[in-house]
Amino acid sequence: MQDPLIIAGQSYQSRLLVGTGKYRDFQQTADALDASGCEIVTVAIRRVNLGQNPNEPNLLDFLPKNRYTLLPNTAGCYTADDAVRTLRLARELLDDHRLVKLEVLGDPHTLYPNVRDTLKAAETLVKEGFDVMVYTSDDPIVAKELEQIGCCAIMPLASLIGSGMGILNPWNLQLIIEQSNVPVLVDAGVGTASDATIGMELGCHGVLMNTAIAAAQDPVRMALAMKLGVQAGREAYLAGRMPKRFYSATPSSPREGVISSRSG
Amino acid sequence: MPCIRINGEDRTLSGHVDSLAALIAELGLTGKRIAIERNGEIVPRSQHANTPLAEGDALEIVVAVGGG
Repeated sequence: MQDPLIIAGQSYQSRLLVGTGKYRDFQQTADALDASGCEIVTVAIRRVNLGQNPNEPNLLDFLPKNRYTLLPNTAGCYTADDAVRTLRLARELLDDHRLVKLEVLGDPHTLYPNVRDTLKAAETLVKEGFDVMVYTSDDPIVAKELEQIGCCAIMPLASLIGSGMGILNPWNLQLIIEQSNVPVLVDAGVGTASDATIGMELGCHGVLMNTAIAAAQDPVRMALAMKLGVQAGREAYLAGRMPKRFYSATPSSPREGVISSRSG
Repeated sequence: MPCIRINGEDRTLSGHVDSLAALIAELGLTGKRIAIERNGEIVPRSQHANTPLAEGDALEIVVAVGGG
């Protein structure tokens, strides 16, 4: 496999991770995932709706088990305790599944992470044998602590969850990328394909997104755009961009041999 | 008849519901992809049949849903 993304010892060919929320229906979810080429798919864990017809279709029926690695998240949890309980339930639900996405939120308006409880939950989960991919702020000190605790991927926000504002602080992302010995993935904030490309050009190992695809006018087409955007960014990063030359143009064509009436 | 809490709501169990498995059947959830926590502890699927229910038990029954 060429240039795989390795998370917790598993190799993935796709560097785009996609969420399953906010689509029109499960069929559109499945179609968008298919177009994105993703291999890791996030799901949320929620109380079963007891009033609901138990024969309603279930999301898991639309996600072929042998095709996607599920990544249960703790979206909506505001304490370390709730996040840990949620992921223990996820492990039971998904037959001793270990790869999880930890996020502990600090406030419902910004959905900014509560870093203190994120660190606390990460410690517990790592001790219990989970492979923790962790959503966090773009603070390099916190990112380092999460890595030292044993998280298998650091996932700083590029901007607020669901905002589509793009990559607001490339400098911090780069600090985190340069210091980290585990994959760094942009999680949250991507709005369109160029945002994903920029993240990958910075050296991110992958991008996780949901709303940018699900809230597009044509989610399936945007899923393809994101796949290509992530690939383009990765290739550009590996190729190594040319140095910027400020205030100094260099022609691509030879300076010599231009026909001219001036030379006589 | 015992009163328990399921997903934050109080419910009175009917007489024949004497185990977690019986409750799951009563709720129409037998064979569904669910996970259950009882009083803060996970109850593995293999234990549903021989897990009794008692007055004041708090259950969380969850499923996977779309999310990012």
